[in-house]
Amino acid sequence: MTAIDVAILLFLAITAVTIARIRDLWAAVMFTGIYSFLSASWMLLLDAPDVSFTEAAVGAGISTVLMLSTLALTGTTEKASGAKFRPIPFMVVVLTGCMLIYGTLDMPQIGDPSDPIHIHPSPSFVERTQGDMHGLPNVVTAVLGSYRGYDTLGETTVVFTAGIAVLLILRRGKEEDSKTGGRPGSAAASGDNA
Amino acid sequence: MKTFPIIRVVTKILIPYILLFGCYVQFHGDYGPGGGFQAGVIFASGLILYGLVFGLDAVRTVAPPRVIEKLMSLGVLIFAGTGVLTMLLGGNFLDYDYLEHHVLPGILPTGQHLGLFLVELGVGVTVTAVMTMIFYAFAGRVQAKHVQAKQEPTP
Amino acid sequence: MTMVQALGLYNYWVVVFLMMTGFYIVIARRNLIKSILGLNIFQTSVFLLYISMGKIDGATAPIVPPDIAAAAAHHGDHHSDHHGHGEHAGHGVVDHGVDHGVDGATEIAHEAAHSATGYVAMTGIDAENIVYSNPLPSVLMLTAIVVGIATTALALALIVRVREDYGTVEEDEILQINQEEWAAGRERAAKKKKASPGVSAR
Repeated sequence: MTAIDVAILLFLAITAVTIARIRDLWAAVMFTGIYSFLSASWMLLLDAPDVSFTEAAVGAGISTVLMLSTLALTGTTEKASGAKFRPIPFMVVVLTGCMLIYGTLDMPQIGDPSDPIHIHPSPSFVERTQGDMHGLPNVVTAVLGSYRGYDTLGETTVVFTAGIAVLLILRRGKEEDSKTGGRPGSAAASGDNA
Repeated sequence: MKTFPIIRVVTKILIPYILLFGCYVQFHGDYGPGGGFQAGVIFASGLILYGLVFGLDAVRTVAPPRVIEKLMSLGVLIFAGTGVLTMLLGGNFLDYDYLEHHVLPGILPTGQHLGLFLVELGVGVTVTAVMTMIFYAFAGRVQAKHVQAKQEPTP
Repeated sequence: MTMVQALGLYNYWVVVFLMMTGFYIVIARRNLIKSILGLNIFQTSVFLLYISMGKIDGATAPIVPPDIAAAAAHHGDHHSDHHGHGEHAGHGVVDHGVDHGVDGATEIAHEAAHSATGYVAMTGIDAENIVYSNPLPSVLMLTAIVVGIATTALALALIVRVREDYGTVEEDEILQINQEEWAAGRERAAKKKKASPGVSAR
């Protein structure tokens, strides 16, 4: 654990608590973007550059844009009575957290090469890739596309299905479009709405 | 945002590089960090940036929703089609070893490389299209709400 | 358990803290958008849990330096006749057959280390002893992140529809409106029953 690790983790914790406490939803969304960016930084330190920049692009980029568009449609402040401190959920959370921490006492140490995760499967994917893939440098891509190809096909289908579902929920029909004057070309406000 | 010249100019300069970086991440994914998922997200964020700055109608002209809609399913079809192709060539589903060919060795990818290339391409196309389409859906709602508010001012 | 061992678990404790913060937001806040933000925090903490488990001390990202990969390509090419991949590493690489186990990997690294040009020679890294972090958690989380944003978008779309139908995104107000509508519906049904007892008697 280096000083950079400590700083990033500290900022992560502070950001998370701030999101929990703040009542302005607009600010909370911005803090979520910062939170994603900080976790992307920690992932980079943990030797996962692929995941890191997916998280940076998704969490700090697209997710923030979607949240802000939602806020434009629903309003940006939380009701005051909904945001006050609640003791019972807090107790539940503390108890659950204590149990989870008790559970971690049996977990393997971080960074230890003899952890079970690094021993199985053997030989590791890094070694197998060199033989099977005719020397593909990026092992993550090899595992993603080839060894776990079925899995990735499933995930792609899930993304596709979620996209279809969003369209079904949000898209207006042609009649509705003309009722609100939202025909392409006729909308004068198009540039200012985002 | 039509009134902010700095944002408009900077965006115009940045967007080609964002798209170029998206292509790099897509096609260099076998050799460095990257792949279809990341490239799709980066490509979509380039389009979304364009939409945010120049308006929904402008980005809809560049990437028409009718085309993007078809791309959503095309990506999954490329992925599944690669699997079916390997089956037709005599292997199992998604068994890229059967894509081995001897046309221009060393230039065209072959075998596992070719399979990964096709699969990542499918993933990239689907993710780009889905993210862009989701943005269109949300932004379209916001636009409709604005137009409605302009036509019927609330008392 | 000694103090040092306990400190080696810091990643889990941070993850548990973040996870519980997200959990608190989900169960204590009544605003639907805030709940989604809480779920996002929870989700990201799970990503961090997996990724931190894949880390090995002193290791590097699971991307093999191009020279070693090229040497391995040559090494693995025993059944095909093209030599396009091997040209970077190319000195004295002999056909080693099908053995690609740990010994094979060491040999490949050895070959790459002794080739005169390229990345390995230039940077002077110890090609035979490179340790790579585990690629498997990265793969799992990579797909999970993209699926996560797609499902988040779905949830936000549902919230937009809720707002359009109910005029609010506060959970308690939505429940209240539901209850009022339910009570009103029951009243209407009771009135109908009184007005025409023959219809409902069947």
